Amino acid sequence: MAKRVSASNVTAYYGAFKAIENINLTVEPKTVTALIGPSGCGKSTFLRSINRMHEVLPGARVEGSLTIDDQDIYHRDVDVTAVRRTIGMVFQRPNPFPTMSIFENVVAGLKLNGVRKKSILDEAAEKALRSANLWDEVKDRLGKPGAGLSGGQQQRLCIARTIAVEPQVVLMDEPCSALDPISTLAIEDLMFQLKDKFTIIIVTHNMQQAARVSDRTAFFSIEKTGDPGRLIEYDNTQKIFSNPSVKKTEDYITGRFG
Amino acid sequence: MSTTVTSHRPRPPAQPESLRARRLPAYAAPVIAVAALALAAAIVYGASIGGPVLVIVLGAVLYLVGLFAASNAVEGRRSARNRTWSALIHSAFVLAVVPLASVVWTLVSKGTERLDANFFNTSMNNIGARDPNGGAYHAIVGTLEQVGIAALITVPLGILCAIYIVEYGRGRFAFAIRFFVDVMTGIPSIVTGLFVLAFWVLIVSPWFNDGRPSFSGFAAALALSVLMLPTIVRSTEEMLRLVPPPLREGAYALGVPKWKTILRVVVPTALPGIVTGVMLSIARAAGETAPVLLVAGGGAAINFNPFENNQSSLALYVYQQAGEASKYSPARAWTAALTLVALVLILTIAAKLLARRNRLSR
Repeated sequence: MAKRVSASNVTAYYGAFKAIENINLTVEPKTVTALIGPSGCGKSTFLRSINRMHEVLPGARVEGSLTIDDQDIYHRDVDVTAVRRTIGMVFQRPNPFPTMSIFENVVAGLKLNGVRKKSILDEAAEKALRSANLWDEVKDRLGKPGAGLSGGQQQRLCIARTIAVEPQVVLMDEPCSALDPISTLAIEDLMFQLKDKFTIIIVTHNMQQAARVSDRTAFFSIEKTGDPGRLIEYDNTQKIFSNPSVKKTEDYITGRFG
Repeated sequence: MSTTVTSHRPRPPAQPESLRARRLPAYAAPVIAVAALALAAAIVYGASIGGPVLVIVLGAVLYLVGLFAASNAVEGRRSARNRTWSALIHSAFVLAVVPLASVVWTLVSKGTERLDANFFNTSMNNIGARDPNGGAYHAIVGTLEQVGIAALITVPLGILCAIYIVEYGRGRFAFAIRFFVDVMTGIPSIVTGLFVLAFWVLIVSPWFNDGRPSFSGFAAALALSVLMLPTIVRSTEEMLRLVPPPLREGAYALGVPKWKTILRVVVPTALPGIVTGVMLSIARAAGETAPVLLVAGGGAAINFNPFENNQSSLALYVYQQAGEASKYSPARAWTAALTLVALVLILTIAAKLLARRNRLSR
């Protein structure tokens, strides 16, 4: 199920502004890869270009090549919705659909893509909510509004919503930055479990979190404001956090800059 | 040396000794109000320069002054200002409500005189100046049909137009559409009436009416559509812009196509606001007289067919009855006005309930 994502010479723009330049990295299936780096270094831009969410913004475009198991994501004939179904995404702030119940939120991806059969939806909802460690908390109030849950529950609801469409890669853009430590722990545990089935790429500002959850870590940085973000170092998490080969990475990790 | 250094340092604001402050007692405000009114009454009636309205206005001014002075003396300047502004804001609210309440009261008190079955069952056909009967059945039919057709035309068109502007429109074309919608907002209703008269009634309607121009309810509906469209587009546009972008992105990230995201996520989220905008435009259209007068002809008889012959409408009926030389017509005009307001109110409430049927919203 899980697939390999590789980027070569990826450069992304917002209008005339070059946000990232020449990113090359390969993410192995069934691993957790963390993207770290100072604010504005292009981690999120890179993440969003993986499932073609970058181009949603007016004037934004991507150059270079991004492939998922050797299929070019940016090929002319590629259906964007198919890419996004294959590569799911969890956002920084929980964004459950306010007009939908918990149940409807979880199956939104299936339902809006044409799955109508109640039995399939029921099964998918329970499976996704169980995988997201949310089933026990919400099983008695599936008809209640999704926006009525706590922040941590909402974020797990959004994760459930993402994995309900059974993607092969899950992108997470600072999924815990709006959450308390207990909800964060719940989501980190969740990532360990999801790793069995999905390839996970996570952007985080929390270096302890990157060290805890990821197998590989990519460090992004910029020279100065206005410059494009670049990939400085990409290696096993263990190595990055104990013995990075680039001085800049070490400075960042030890808190000397950024 | 050290003393000069400290004296140049900016001083922190003085810390209050105690967190408590002296407060005016709770009865102070009502007492000041009564005293201000009494003083105003004494001045106005003593000098015999006016009536109760002047007493209230003068009383309000005296109350504000008295409240400020009392509060300033006891509680200090900040509190005094706070109290005065609160009082001003409350008076502004009362001032805004007074005309509304007055309108409702006038309508109800004068409109109930002819509020009988006969009024809703009969038209003005063959009703002479000395006949106390006569009703607005034809006008109610006309209003419902004209506004209904206008809504059928403008609601889909307006919402689609707003969706285009917000979700798809880029560059010059979208800008031009927005600009012309803004211009349309400012078109006086009589001009839309003239436009439809010149275009539809005089040029188009003869094609299917044996070469003779014909008034019709449909022509009125067209004129009302021109009035309603910009309101619906602008209000829907504002509501769609309020839908947070992360909701759209959340749907895109699930692989939901853009059109389906708009249909199933964006529009439902904005629906209560869209309904409000639509109802505002319907209320405005239902109250329009000029276009109906120009292009529907305003007959006295019941005509269910909006595509042929003259039709009336409630607003036009009010206008006609108010100018009629009969001692019975003013009562009919008031009752028709009351009916119109009640109709719009019922429609608005029904629409709000429908938009809320979704058990999740609030």
